[in-house]
Amino acid sequence: MAENDHEPQAIRAEALESLLIEKGLLTADAIDDVIVRYSERVGPMNGASVVARAWSDPEFRSRLLEDGTSAIKEFSFEGGQVEKLVVVENTEKVHNAIVCTLCSCYPWAVLGLPPKWYKDPQYRSRIVSEPRTVLKEMGLDLPADVEIRIWDSSAEVRYMVLPRQPELSIGKSDEELAQLVTRNSMIGVESL
Amino acid sequence: MELEEQLLPPMANGELLFDAPWQGRVFGIARVLCEQGHFLWADFREALIIRISAWDQSHPGHDPYIYYDHFLAALTDLLSRKNLCSFSELLERDEQFRVRPHGHDH
Repeated sequence: MAENDHEPQAIRAEALESLLIEKGLLTADAIDDVIVRYSERVGPMNGASVVARAWSDPEFRSRLLEDGTSAIKEFSFEGGQVEKLVVVENTEKVHNAIVCTLCSCYPWAVLGLPPKWYKDPQYRSRIVSEPRTVLKEMGLDLPADVEIRIWDSSAEVRYMVLPRQPELSIGKSDEELAQLVTRNSMIGVESL
Repeated sequence: MELEEQLLPPMANGELLFDAPWQGRVFGIARVLCEQGHFLWADFREALIIRISAWDQSHPGHDPYIYYDHFLAALTDLLSRKNLCSFSELLERDEQFRVRPHGHDH
């Protein structure tokens, strides 16, 4: 910890925080609260409960696909950026995946903060130029006749993938269904 | 990176949310200032895109890509532009902290 504190970036961050506190712009506690919020309460478990509900409730599924922003309001998730959420549905013939080619935009309210690979230059460029290869490298080998659609986030719109429901899970409770939904399946780099 | 990853929680999806504590601090600073209305997240996003695209275009192949380096740089760019914290006062404070006696712990 002490060694880490001496990294130039750690010192820069500490200097910035101390100046902003002195200026009365924030408090250390407020920063702690944000970190706790994103590590404990805003994460892919939120998206998983949305997916479970969409699988078990066809009416909700239609509303979710039609207007994701309004549909997830029913869940009262905390935090997240104010933006439009578009949910894209995987089918037998179409597979979707999300990216932010320019920076790191991600549907925070439903998935929390993005994994490191999502922000890497490699993923950001290659998932667009060679999606089938990248998905295969990540363990998802799609049949040749499945169309792949890549959704690039913007300042206004964030995307989330609605994965296909595993057949064996039909009839389970929403809680049990949510347990089956992984973060990567909602990014679109994994099938369930 | 491997060493840093052993340092601290918080975790997300079985992975560390931040590779080092300072990354969590700068993320927290940006979110608090945004939530208090000092800037829009879209403003921050623009600043971040400028820093990231500069890196993407220069492709320093030997340098590892550390997302939060760009995040911190973008944040300081934006705070300076919004007159919330100037580069000169930040560099001055940075320098003070840098010459602190070793072993100093807050």
